[in-house]
Amino acid sequence: MTFEPRIVGFLCNWCSYAGADLAGVSRISYPTNIRIIRLMCSGRVEPVIVLETLAQGADGVLVMGCHIGDCHYISGNLYAERKINVLKKLLARTSLEVGRLRLEWVSASEGGRFAELVKDFVEQIKALGPSPLAGDKPDKNILAGVLAAKAAAEDFRLRLLVGREKTMIDDGNVYGEKVSEEELDKILNEVIDTEFVRNRIYLLVKEKPLSVKELSERLDLDSKTVLRHVVVMRRRGLITVDRVEGTSPLYTALEVGR
Amino acid sequence: MESMEEETPRIGVFVCHCGINIGGVVNVPEVVEYAKKLPCVVYAEENLYTCSSEGISKIKEGIAKYNLNRVIVASCTPRTHEPLFRGACEEAGVNKYLFEMANIRDQCSWAHMHEPEGATEKAKDLVRMAVAKSRLLKPLEEPEIDVTPSALVIGGGISGMTAALCLSNQGFKVHIVEKEPELGGMLGHLYKLYPTMQDASESLNHVVNSVKSNKSIEVLTSTVVKQVKGFIGNFEVTVQKANDETANFEAGTIIVATGAPIFEPVGMYGYGEYDNVITQLRLEQLLKDGQLKKPESVVMIQCVGAREKEGRTYCSRICCMTAIKNALLIKDLHPDTDVYILFRELQTYGKHYEEHYRTAQDKGVKFVKYLQEKSPRVVSGKNGELTVNVYHALLNEELKIGSDLVVLSTPLIQHEDARELSQILKVPLGPDGFFFEVHVKLRPIDFATDGIYVCGTAHSPKDTPESVSQAFGVASRAAIPMALKRLRTEAITAVVHENLCSGCGTCVKLCPYGAIEKDEKGVARVTEVVCKGCGVCAATCPERAIEMRHFTSEQVMAQALAALGRTSA
Ligand SMILES: Cc1cc2nc3c(=O)[nH]c(=O)nc-3n(C[C@H](O)[C@H](O)[C@H](O)COP(=O)(O)OP(=O)(O)OC[C@H]3O[C@@H](n4cnc5c(N)ncnc54)[C@H](O)[C@@H]3O)c2cc1C
Repeated sequence: MTFEPRIVGFLCNWCSYAGADLAGVSRISYPTNIRIIRLMCSGRVEPVIVLETLAQGADGVLVMGCHIGDCHYISGNLYAERKINVLKKLLARTSLEVGRLRLEWVSASEGGRFAELVKDFVEQIKALGPSPLAGDKPDKNILAGVLAAKAAAEDFRLRLLVGREKTMIDDGNVYGEKVSEEELDKILNEVIDTEFVRNRIYLLVKEKPLSVKELSERLDLDSKTVLRHVVVMRRRGLITVDRVEGTSPLYTALEVGR
Repeated sequence: MESMEEETPRIGVFVCHCGINIGGVVNVPEVVEYAKKLPCVVYAEENLYTCSSEGISKIKEGIAKYNLNRVIVASCTPRTHEPLFRGACEEAGVNKYLFEMANIRDQCSWAHMHEPEGATEKAKDLVRMAVAKSRLLKPLEEPEIDVTPSALVIGGGISGMTAALCLSNQGFKVHIVEKEPELGGMLGHLYKLYPTMQDASESLNHVVNSVKSNKSIEVLTSTVVKQVKGFIGNFEVTVQKANDETANFEAGTIIVATGAPIFEPVGMYGYGEYDNVITQLRLEQLLKDGQLKKPESVVMIQCVGAREKEGRTYCSRICCMTAIKNALLIKDLHPDTDVYILFRELQTYGKHYEEHYRTAQDKGVKFVKYLQEKSPRVVSGKNGELTVNVYHALLNEELKIGSDLVVLSTPLIQHEDARELSQILKVPLGPDGFFFEVHVKLRPIDFATDGIYVCGTAHSPKDTPESVSQAFGVASRAAIPMALKRLRTEAITAVVHENLCSGCGTCVKLCPYGAIEKDEKGVARVTEVVCKGCGVCAATCPERAIEMRHFTSEQVMAQALAALGRTSA
């Protein structure tokens, strides 16, 4: 049987969903693979939901909003853009292909464009093949990565940064200093790196107690870096020493904290 | 309402054939059978047209007979038909927010006409997704508010005054806030008005006098708006006088009629350098004051700083007619003066407009077309005499026109302080800087923010008849909520779970409508009537403490899982 991707679309009510309706009204055909969820604004797209949708085996996620400058809610699509940017950065740290997520702008009058984009995305996903997380036996390793990404997207630190990104560029930080896109991107990458690794560590030691050495093998990271994270995580009450084997302590996750 | 939330969902699914529009592609009976097996679905049926009066009765009967507390219609798009079906639910005693739609026509049968099997599978999925959401839906109430029967009009030009008079005629109180010491706006500086060629002051004085003598209109000149809080029906306005004194009043609605000044073309065509290079506006003043010394040769240049490749790309709409008007006025005063109009394209469409163009040609006004990439040049001789060099595309040669008066037609542009006002009111400016309506065709004088409207040249360049028509328009728009006295507002709003909120204030900053504030306890609070329901705050809140009603994370996640054929935990 040929591979028919399952694609979930998150579309804003005012432009892209209307564009999708127009494709139908104009009888422009496109592949049946997409299942559309209507939101009021693309800015409503919650990173955690996108990652969970991918974790649950969607072959692709297509987010669509109004063209920049046309947002029904003035600036919602700008926030959508920032969130998808962060989502892509998070995905890039997992072994799931970044190409499974795409953001596009479609206006209410662009039925043809909507159909073209769906066609194109379906082709893109077909080229990638079925999601390793689809079906009954998802790839454990990849899933662990996506779940860590999801945990990072739930985390206060990253969310706070993403939520403030736009205001930091427009109005400056709390000290009134304006931050450039490049600087912000650097900070963002650092925070994402940290949050992603810490969440991977957390999820791993939640399964069973592990030593720094074991963790560094699992994560393919040098033990110095792992140790640095472990120290911070201990201090924050996220993990604790379960027991000591030989000379190396084994860490385990704490339920509360954060 | 509380008890309803506890009730187990009893969902009824109505699958529409839409004649052959759906039924001709999707196997509707199969979808109905499929729906019957979904969790919480207690009833499902097919209709030829669910939106017909028969279909609507079927929904109501179904609700009564099967004690349904949730309804799903699988048919066309919620963008057009949701209100109708919600109404049916409401009439049958089901809260209208417990209704959900599956779009199996516009986004299914019509788009997949040649794939009946794929379309049927998709239709089933869409119904399953709707059921997944429906199970989690909560009844919502639309908050009711009182409306203060008083309007704030910002700008005392012809537009603002016309709107104010209209509203006061309907019995409403009006405050006009005008930043200049006098009412009148641009018309106060003009000589005669096309298309009638009446004195601008004649039309204007009549309106100014009516406004001044009207007891229900309060005019505040040399005053600007400093702060606006609140929402439709209940705006709290703070204004500031030139002497820094402030005053407060309430307004139910707000009209933006701040007009537009002209672009000052400093550095272009010798403007600012030579005294006899002036703008059309200056020419109007000279004509009005009778101070125009007889010129021998007048050259008018059109589209100066307008219709540019970047920046001011728009057409200012009034300049062609203004130039023709002033050319005719000069010709009337001095028939032997040469008048040239150098134009890129001439736009004199409209009632009574083309006639002026023809008259101007008859009276000997010379029209010369120039190319944007070869725009004219103004050069000054030893004794200050000017020559305008212009490449004539048809003749393929450069004309040299001696001139003792060069008049530049420059576009209307947005006021410099408009951005501040747009931020005070939380309404947008478009890419060209003008105030930006919510929908160019269907709601051309409304802002997305309820209770705030725009008219006149604040919205885009236009002439007086067009500005006045819009002023009538906004007056009737603003009168609706004020005449109703009470309003129901959006129920689909964000709500903060106080116990989860850390008071970080991220949402306060990002809400484009200023609907979120920190309360005395330091936690975020949504002013429901201001919230437009976009949900950006909910998707962004670092603590995930904000819930977007009717599009909750739980509901959206359930839809996504259903789309994948998985069930939520
Ligand atoms: C050179 C020229 C020639 C024209 N000739 C013609 C013609 O022949 N026929 C014709 O029909 N039209 C003509 N027009 C167009 C005409 O002037 C406009 O259509 C008309 O003035 C629009 O009225 P308005 O009330 O919208 O704006 P305006 O007349 O600009 O009035 C706006 C008012 O708002 C006030 N304001 C601005 N900002 C604020 C603020 N922040 N707070 C408080 N108050 C504020 C301003 O001071 C002003 O009084 C001409 C325009 C120009 C420039």
